[in-house]
Amino acid sequence: MCGIIKRFPGVLANDCVDFAVHQGEVHALLGENGAGKSTLMKVLYGLYRPDDGEILLNGEPVQITSPTDAIRFGIGMIHQHFMLVPSLTVAENVALGLPSSRGVITDLDRVSKRITELGKTYGLQVDPRARVWQLSVGQQQRVEIIKALYRGAELLILDEPTAVLTPQEVAEFFQILRQMVKEGHSVIFISHKLQEVLDISDRVTVLRDGAVVGSRLKGTMTKAELARMMVGRDVGFQRNRAPVTPGEVRLSLHDVWARSDRGTDALQGVSLEVRAGEILGLAGVSGNGQRELAQVINGLRPVARGHVQLEGKDTTGVSPVELIAQGLAYIPEERMRDGMIRDFSVAENLILREHATAPFARRGFLDFKAIARVAAGHIVDFNVKTPSQETLAKNLSGGNIQKVILARELSREPRVIVAAQPTRGLDIGATIYVHERLLDERSRSLREEKRHGAAILLISEDLDEILALSDRIAVIYEGRIMDIVPSEEATPERLGLLMAGVTKEV
Amino acid sequence: MIESLFTAQVLLGILTSGIRLATPYLYAGIGETFGQRSGVLNLGVEGQMLLGAFAAFYAVRQTGNLWLGLLAAILVGGLMGLAMAFVSVTLRAKQGISGIGFFLFGLGMSDLLFQTLLGTVQTVSGFRPLAIPLLSRIPVLGPVFFNQSFLVYAAYLLVPIANYVMNHTTLGLKIRAVGENPEAADSLGVSVSRVRYFTVTLGGVFSGLAGASLSIALLNVFQQGMTSGLGFIAVALVYFGGWRVWGVLAGSLLFSMVNALQLWVQVLGLPIPSEFAVMMPYVLTIVALVVAVQRVRPPTALTKPFVREG
Repeated sequence: MCGIIKRFPGVLANDCVDFAVHQGEVHALLGENGAGKSTLMKVLYGLYRPDDGEILLNGEPVQITSPTDAIRFGIGMIHQHFMLVPSLTVAENVALGLPSSRGVITDLDRVSKRITELGKTYGLQVDPRARVWQLSVGQQQRVEIIKALYRGAELLILDEPTAVLTPQEVAEFFQILRQMVKEGHSVIFISHKLQEVLDISDRVTVLRDGAVVGSRLKGTMTKAELARMMVGRDVGFQRNRAPVTPGEVRLSLHDVWARSDRGTDALQGVSLEVRAGEILGLAGVSGNGQRELAQVINGLRPVARGHVQLEGKDTTGVSPVELIAQGLAYIPEERMRDGMIRDFSVAENLILREHATAPFARRGFLDFKAIARVAAGHIVDFNVKTPSQETLAKNLSGGNIQKVILARELSREPRVIVAAQPTRGLDIGATIYVHERLLDERSRSLREEKRHGAAILLISEDLDEILALSDRIAVIYEGRIMDIVPSEEATPERLGLLMAGVTKEV
Repeated sequence: MIESLFTAQVLLGILTSGIRLATPYLYAGIGETFGQRSGVLNLGVEGQMLLGAFAAFYAVRQTGNLWLGLLAAILVGGLMGLAMAFVSVTLRAKQGISGIGFFLFGLGMSDLLFQTLLGTVQTVSGFRPLAIPLLSRIPVLGPVFFNQSFLVYAAYLLVPIANYVMNHTTLGLKIRAVGENPEAADSLGVSVSRVRYFTVTLGGVFSGLAGASLSIALLNVFQQGMTSGLGFIAVALVYFGGWRVWGVLAGSLLFSMVNALQLWVQVLGLPIPSEFAVMMPYVLTIVALVVAVQRVRPPTALTKPFVREG
């Protein structure tokens, strides 16, 4: 790809990017969110049309104007969010959109046979007759890869493929990648996780603000150097976790059961305690009950059995209003959906929680002066980058939206904080900010109580984040807490096994 | 009194008319199933049926040719379907509201055409029962099943055909994928709008046929609003049938049997107020929907217009 330029209204997403992949290599494309990685790949896959520049395939200039073109040129893309139809079988998903050998009638037996063959060659075993919704996330990813290979993809684009996998699944996945490279395929691996990039890539190209910062070959790069290229300044990997002696138990769950939206038992007897001045990390693969757990604690989902206590008081089934009054703060997982109202201004979102009480409202009437004053203060305190406090929330970047939520939730000096996936999708700068804020809350001295900060339950699928911040780490698997270990004793391997439901030491 | 309902003759009568009366439900319901499986809810079925019924009736009245009548219903229904596709797929309008708009359009337009072109209720000689040789001679059940008109046979033939198309062809696979995850289908080069245009237009064609089955086969008259909610029941049948063709067949038979039953209740002059008898199919619609909708999950992308991001 030579001199690719792609403009969006007000943004230069790709600024004259040159990018080359050789046959049989894994080439990582590294960069923060918004650096232009995905845009560049969508240009290559025909989803976006570049404003300038050309794409050369084996030395020949080609025009790629749609995914169909890309597929014809042997380019396959595996999107971050899987492009699968859950109600269809694996074979049907693979056959979709392809001509059948039997004309208008489907030839699923033939497709199934070929899927099994591909599975054997690349180590991608999956049952062609299984329905996709029955498969684990890792298996679904295999289906995506099979789909691309089935269409004759020589070059595979993988957009953040490891985000949804356990460490063991990542290792397996890397095995598959190596096998594909051995068979002569080329792979573009999009990521912002430095360690993985170092592990798997033959070459790394770093993007920042839409432009190429540089390329490095395997063996000539270090983590620190890549991070500096990515962010533009030195980045510390260690979080400064000041020693704090945990205080009294603030949040406790005893044998809590709850149902998921689909009526299955999402939580099956969860018990845990979080103390003042402590961060309890909750690790686990997505969909093992984390979402339901956060909702149960925050009074957003009924408890089928068991008890939730806040500072010794039973709050099972208590409404969110009362929980807030008791000093519970919630940083929800879906920040755009549950954390704010997209079409409200920044100021309105900042006071959403306390809008009905003084000083924001008097006898049912909003006091706009007070709202503006407090909002302005929050915007400065929490370093929210917004054109004005009247800007609609939906126009902010992910990092700034999270800062608005942090400002709203943390400015009240909460006694218990539930932070669900607080840095998912954020760039390194914003992630560091969120981490530091949470650590501040942990060691903060409350006015009325000198010794202890907030009790924090940190729910995350990012093991590095859990390891960096937590005092103790709980692992959840299929709605059960597998184990709780002090963070000094925790390693990614040990946690990874627990996340996969393995309890015995191997 | 009530025992007069349970004589063999009456029960066979109910069965015969039940099988006949299922015809419009089948056409409209199967057409709607295609639309909904691809993610488009067409609430305008009733309006499409009325216009189809009028077109067929008028063509037959003018030319005396039943096949031209069918052709007119197909064309008018298809045109209405195409318009619905344009509004819901290209313009991405809210499907529930635009469907109601099409219903009102069909209701008003067919009435207007009726007033201007016909003026009074008239009759035509429509499709006659066709006795199938040998099969119709089977004692008792032969006449029930094998002495029906062409449009009735065709409706029942449509069931296995539609089921096969949906589940065993590449087209059916595309329809199902587009209704569940249009993004995935799009990423594989399947044109979401083309598939939806096809299914919604096809649905219109079948709705037109459903109307024609009333005006030139079952009743052989045209009146204002003669479908009396049948098109809406057909939409409900798709939910009831769990978006499956066989389910639509089961629902169609259940409703037409109840309908036949209430007709016989009136004919026999049973001491049930006729208003209650007439209500039966509609009450059943509500009950069936409440029961059925808890059981199955609709296509994920139903009523959601597709926009490619970026």
